[in-house]
Amino acid sequence: MTNDIEIKDKAAWDAAEKVADYEHGWSSDIETDFAPKGLNEDTVRFISAKKNEPEWMLEWRLKAFAMWKTMEAPDWAKLNVPPIDYQDAYYYAAPKAKPKLSSLDEVDPEILRVYEKLGIPIAEQKLLAGVEGGEVGGLPQRRVAVDAVFDSVSVATTFRAELERAGVIFRSISEAIKEYPDLVRKYLGKIVPMHDNYFATLNCAVFSDGTFVYIPEGVRCPMELSTYFRINAENTGQFERTLIVADKGSYVSYLEGCTAPMRDENQLHAAVVELVALDDAEIKYSTVQNWYPGDAEGKGGIYNFVTKRALCQGRNSKVSWTQVETGSAVTWKYPSCVLNGENSVGEFYSVAVTNNYQQADTGTKMIHNGKGSRSTIVSKGISAGHSNNTYRGLVRVAPNAEGVRNFTQCDSLLLGSLSGAHTVPYIEVRNPSAQIEHEATTSKISDDQMFYAMARGLNAEEAVALIVNGFAKEVLQQLPMEFAVEAQKLLGISLEGSVG
Amino acid sequence: MLQITNLHANVGDKPILKGLTLSLNAGEIHAIMGPNGAGKSTLGYVLSGRPGYEVTEGSVTFNGQDLLALEPHERAAAGLFLGFQYPVEIPGVSNVQFLREALNAQRKYRGEAPLSGGEFLKVAREQAGALGMDMDMLKRPVNVGFSGGEKKRNEMVQMGIIDPALAILDETDSGLDIDALRTVGDGINRIMRKPDKAVLLITHYQRLLDYVKPDFVHVLDGGRITRTGGAELALELERDGYKELAA
Ligand SMILES: Nc1ncnc2c1ncn2[C@@H]1O[C@H](COP(=O)(O)OP(=O)(O)OP(=O)(O)O)[C@@H](O)[C@H]1O
Ligand SMILES: [Mg+2]
Repeated sequence: MTNDIEIKDKAAWDAAEKVADYEHGWSSDIETDFAPKGLNEDTVRFISAKKNEPEWMLEWRLKAFAMWKTMEAPDWAKLNVPPIDYQDAYYYAAPKAKPKLSSLDEVDPEILRVYEKLGIPIAEQKLLAGVEGGEVGGLPQRRVAVDAVFDSVSVATTFRAELERAGVIFRSISEAIKEYPDLVRKYLGKIVPMHDNYFATLNCAVFSDGTFVYIPEGVRCPMELSTYFRINAENTGQFERTLIVADKGSYVSYLEGCTAPMRDENQLHAAVVELVALDDAEIKYSTVQNWYPGDAEGKGGIYNFVTKRALCQGRNSKVSWTQVETGSAVTWKYPSCVLNGENSVGEFYSVAVTNNYQQADTGTKMIHNGKGSRSTIVSKGISAGHSNNTYRGLVRVAPNAEGVRNFTQCDSLLLGSLSGAHTVPYIEVRNPSAQIEHEATTSKISDDQMFYAMARGLNAEEAVALIVNGFAKEVLQQLPMEFAVEAQKLLGISLEGSVG
Repeated sequence: MLQITNLHANVGDKPILKGLTLSLNAGEIHAIMGPNGAGKSTLGYVLSGRPGYEVTEGSVTFNGQDLLALEPHERAAAGLFLGFQYPVEIPGVSNVQFLREALNAQRKYRGEAPLSGGEFLKVAREQAGALGMDMDMLKRPVNVGFSGGEKKRNEMVQMGIIDPALAILDETDSGLDIDALRTVGDGINRIMRKPDKAVLLITHYQRLLDYVKPDFVHVLDGGRITRTGGAELALELERDGYKELAA
């Protein structure tokens, strides 16, 4: 028992060690239940029926679908995406399992094996397996409650009982729709409206599962919450939906991780994440995104079109986004904060790595509507191979928002001479009292640094990983410990083959 | 231990080393002196395998091994340490992290078990203490914001932690204040003056040699060794300069 913390650390290292050469690139043999291929109204009805949804939910989906048909895919990002055939994909794939799972024991053992192979949350193997940890050396052991989403369906949520005692609701969103309809209806689609953008609207129509979290007034969530997303079935789109509501004076830290197996075809991932923080509430949302990036020639990989937005509704509310983006063939993602509350705070810490033929267009929007609201943006872009990495960020200050402050720092690091780094800041200030600072740098790893590290015993790849980790330090240190360890390893791994 | 024979090397297209021959035995400390631009740092870089420094002729063996066939990190693992004339800054990477990863990479290459965090810190604390460096500095990013003298002292802490068989110290004395010079001199003796080790000390001045007494002093000029003597040669050079010597 005394060396449990050691073991956990080691498990994280081991897991990360295994990731070499895209360790997640296996697909497992699980019987899968598909919706018919293609996308039409029947698909939407099928998904809703599969989930026994109430009528209002089906209507909401159908409205979104009708809307989506009138919309066009956005093309303003610095991305080169071939047209996507939305009819050539499955929109619902569920592992065939017992219909109701009350404990992990009932989960298909093959699925458990899948999670075993997954890496990090995996540092929490024991926890995922529902073994409640005790005290170690007088210190409370760190615990993480995990919700696991497999293809389209949430298959397991751990620590439910203990969370419930604290009043925390941690559920798959499909359960929440049935069990807490009023709470869900109050916020669903209120932060990211149905018509927000092409991919968000599509998500409204066909979202399959995801996570719902509610932290009641004054409660500090007793453990970190985590969702693990995995696309496994072939030709499947994954459209998850996450909604987190932090009531007055509450606090929660939420981690999101993802993987997908190697496939020659591109797979679509279009998630929507909505966060709401009321007065004095704080949400810390961390992501380590490791979707399959495609091979060295740019074949295959996930198209990751994600809409993430937080509403800092209450005074003194705070939302902090931290993301480490290493995967996906294409990333289109701008986790944002709408700062309505007086003195509310938005933060965005991002590391985006692109290698080979990956493309990333990512950044944030800080919308300052509240007086005295503040935001911090730290973006670290690392581009290698033939990849393209763009930071796109908006800072907007409304006319009535007095005393707003923003600090933005965008640093780009280039490896080799074939990759591209771009910074596209938009600043719209309509109140003269605002203090806005923007700093941007672009650099290369210097030969001096490389040689210095190598002369001390690191090989070229280790040297690059070390220097890149130093470059990304400010962001990595925002992550919870276990994630930081995995993220460090991932940075090195995603840059393999980029030197020499 | 180290046998350099008729070494020719280019930097870019420019020939810098032009037939350098030198041999070091275990237990010996050799000083290399010579005018600015003579090729002293180039020699250190060539021996450590810096990319861009191309050997065009000659050979180097290190403990019987063909040194020139090894990658820089392999040379480090084989026991070669270069103390840099201009130590490099690595933002965001603490000295502790840098050295632990470097040391464990070397150990892994040699098939030895890695040092745990605790074991490493013990060694690091000892070496930093012996060289009068604050542990807080070890936690700071590598050389970032260090003064010139602090950087040099940090090189010696690194040497102490890595504990190499052969150290090439490129002007480690320049930039050190009077007290630091003594501390560093003592450090070199403590870490490197052992029967199974050797040092190649590149310097411009006698003052470091007051503390670290060389067994041999060589003059490197125009890309080759032009004169070799005992410790007294350094004193002679200090008095007369290189011009006198050439005449
Ligand atoms: N990249 C380069 N391209 C061309 N010449 C170079 C390059 N790097 C070094 N040199 C030249 O090589 C010669 C030897 O340089 P080196 O740094 O080895 O001299 P040194 O003996 O260490 O001098 P000092 O005492 O000033 O440190 C110098 O003339 C220098 O200008
Ligand atoms: Mg020099």
